[in-house]
Amino acid sequence: MSERLTSAPMSRRRFMQRSGALLFAAQCPLGLSAKAVAGGSGAMMNSFVRIDPSNVITMLANNSEFGNGAYTVMSMMLAEELDVDYRSIALEAAPTSPEYYSPLFREYLTAGSVTTGSTFIPMRTAGAKARTMLLEAASRDWDVPMAELSTADATVTHAETGRRVTYGELLEVIYRLDIQPPETVVLKDPSEFKILGKPARRYEGAGKVDGSAQFGIDIKLPGMLYGAIARPPVYGGSVVDFDATEALAMPGVVKAKAIRAGVVVLADSYWRAQKARAKLKINWDRGANATISTEQFYADYRALANTPGMLAEDIGDARGVLDGASEVVEATYEMPLLAHATLEPMNCIAQVEGDTCTIWSGTQYQSNDQEVISRFLGIPQQNVTIHRPLMGGSFGRRSSKTADYTVEAVEAAMGESVPVQIIWSREEDIRSGHYRPLFVHKLRGSVDDSGMPEAWHQVAVGQSLMQGTKHDPTYMVRGIDIYSLDGCLQEPFGVFPYGTSYQIPHHRVESHNAPKSGIVPQEWRSVGHTHTGIAYECFLDELAHKGGIDPMELRLRLTKDHARMNRVLRVLKEKCDWDKPLERGRGRGVASRIYNISPVAQAVEVTVADNGNFTVDRVVCVVDCGFAVNPLGIEGQVEGGLAYGLGGVAFGNIDIVNGEVQQSNFHDYPVMRLPQMPKVEVHILPSDEPPTGVGEQATTPIAPAVVNALFDATGRRIRRFPLSSQGFNLV
Amino acid sequence: MKLEINGKEVEITSEADTPLLWVLRDELGLVGTKYGCGLAQCGACTVHVEGSAIRSCVTPVAAVADKRVQTIEGQAGEQGLSPVQQAWLETDVAQCGYCQSGQIMAATALLTSNPTPNDAEIDAAMAGNICRCGTYPRIRKAVHLAAALIAEEQNT
Repeated sequence: MSERLTSAPMSRRRFMQRSGALLFAAQCPLGLSAKAVAGGSGAMMNSFVRIDPSNVITMLANNSEFGNGAYTVMSMMLAEELDVDYRSIALEAAPTSPEYYSPLFREYLTAGSVTTGSTFIPMRTAGAKARTMLLEAASRDWDVPMAELSTADATVTHAETGRRVTYGELLEVIYRLDIQPPETVVLKDPSEFKILGKPARRYEGAGKVDGSAQFGIDIKLPGMLYGAIARPPVYGGSVVDFDATEALAMPGVVKAKAIRAGVVVLADSYWRAQKARAKLKINWDRGANATISTEQFYADYRALANTPGMLAEDIGDARGVLDGASEVVEATYEMPLLAHATLEPMNCIAQVEGDTCTIWSGTQYQSNDQEVISRFLGIPQQNVTIHRPLMGGSFGRRSSKTADYTVEAVEAAMGESVPVQIIWSREEDIRSGHYRPLFVHKLRGSVDDSGMPEAWHQVAVGQSLMQGTKHDPTYMVRGIDIYSLDGCLQEPFGVFPYGTSYQIPHHRVESHNAPKSGIVPQEWRSVGHTHTGIAYECFLDELAHKGGIDPMELRLRLTKDHARMNRVLRVLKEKCDWDKPLERGRGRGVASRIYNISPVAQAVEVTVADNGNFTVDRVVCVVDCGFAVNPLGIEGQVEGGLAYGLGGVAFGNIDIVNGEVQQSNFHDYPVMRLPQMPKVEVHILPSDEPPTGVGEQATTPIAPAVVNALFDATGRRIRRFPLSSQGFNLV
Repeated sequence: MKLEINGKEVEITSEADTPLLWVLRDELGLVGTKYGCGLAQCGACTVHVEGSAIRSCVTPVAAVADKRVQTIEGQAGEQGLSPVQQAWLETDVAQCGYCQSGQIMAATALLTSNPTPNDAEIDAAMAGNICRCGTYPRIRKAVHLAAALIAEEQNT
């Protein structure tokens, strides 16, 4: 194998194989001890792999599973190099220690659609290193060359003599001969893959059809109390005093106490806690947000958008060209606050004992939870233990930078001798959560004599996700939050190594961080693209219309120097029958975006009735995510990702009046339902590039593609959202 | 109060107005049935009472005394997974999986009353079950597959 490595030219594929070996040479401590083997508890081959004498292979997963498929791709990667069935691998959540931090984020965080890309080398390396040790053990024990040995189904075989030994049985040999992990290892060539690149069903799928999958909300610890919190009616308000006499007299109720989040009722069942909560009498201090309203945000942001912002990009002379243009197209796009509305509401179990704290929490962001709790309790970070169950969706909500739903459970559990589980009601989720920030984008543009976009001037206004947080140094550039403009800039910006795939000769983009409003902004699946995608792709459609150029053709021309996106668009144009005429009342729209490296484009067909009711009949999505580790998983993420974005643009909306969120549950915060789901066709482009993400990518083009299709069908531009507020109802 | 859950009689002590959902989850430990909204808006809590799909989050437990209740935990029999569960697994429907107990219970009830539903009938019957991960295309596919598996079972 090493021969091929040195004789072959250093292709990107080779790089994929080698870089991990270098990256991981220093890590992977051997935690093997005679005691562990003798005691049958198994041995750590490296940070990610434990093998038991009974031949159970356990993976320590340092990425969270919330529907994203992390457990599937990671077990596939490990299994591929270790020559075992990925479904036979046992899985444990890796502990929250720096050893397991994401090499990309330098934190224990699952986000940004980077799990597949960032684990592709480490997990394979872990598997390959463990396999090498097992082969060396068998080779030395049997005194046969390693080259004569083969591995399959967690067994080493010597074909010539017919000898076989399980991985578990080899632990004793590894210990006896003091076999050490190899410094470097050569990973399989993709042509040798048996698992990677083939459609694979979800690793933890079985428990998700028989009801046995354990989510955080399902955990019941001995003696555990359930807590329901009465939260202030105004976002960010606080408790003055309360009377719990009536609540405490109800069956099963143990206690009511004020915490920072409100008043928590502790009871022996969640229903009893919820019921008693309704009997609390509370005086609230409505606080600093008592007068805020989303209508005021829109007005303030619109005004700001007319003033110069912080300059992020200035290519050519956009202002000069626009000043001299005979015609300037102008538009303002306004995007509302959005809730995440994960189907499993936020919940967390906490137990505080002396100077230690243990939580059971569905979370994307373990290291931050640990940090916030340790600060809150004044205990060392390593004294906070996090158990991670499966999550009933997250979409960014469970990567809370304030650790809101986690630290409040800790606060509720302080002074209690038993664990306490806080569960949010749906109403709390909609009214007291964190939100996709409200954004206003003002755009001006002009086209040249050929009709192509010539000048582009965009001013974005919205609350920054990162300003003033610990991420400030990483994601703020000269005061500009790079997420506020993700997908608006032509050149790479800050730590984002990519721009739009388009080339417009005069391109100027500015940004205002809206004043802090008391609302806690939070990443929502695809983050900045949730609003920049609409502003950018819809205004591009406006310029295409102004220049008399077909929107697909326009994008093909704008991406002529971006090979990957251009290929995506060429395939899309063919697959979606772009040139086939549609009947009256129907329309077609396109949008193309790059989020975290993977280019993706979608074309949609809509049918609009006279009363504004519309259906999305068909979505064709082409994605280039590099090497497709699990095509079945990718297809699911694309379907789901676009469903999430479609529901958001169609009816997602949080209104605040006098500090109070007006929506409360799924009847007034509607989300996608089965009848509204379009037919989706997914095309994954074959590629030898390193794998990149798909969890959020398909969310980015769907909203603008639908808005552009509605224009195509009706001639009406929609620039305020959701669509349902503008007379267009997705049915 | 006595209940019949998944063919077994159980004695419960919760108050009569407690929603069946919380009796199942908090008192009986049958946590495969999920809480999602508490308002019969999302379908995560779907169970069967006398074979029909109901929302257990708004059904007081007193209303189902002496009635036959089926939950997701009762769907697999001695022969293994039910045809609907098999179809769900084979189609790789689940993502986060939180809504899928409710989806499977709704689909099972649909196929009992209509063994060969078309897409429109599936859409109508399953519209009350929200999936935030957007597994809807595979839900449609899995219901068709389950219908075929049930038909096959009956023919053999």
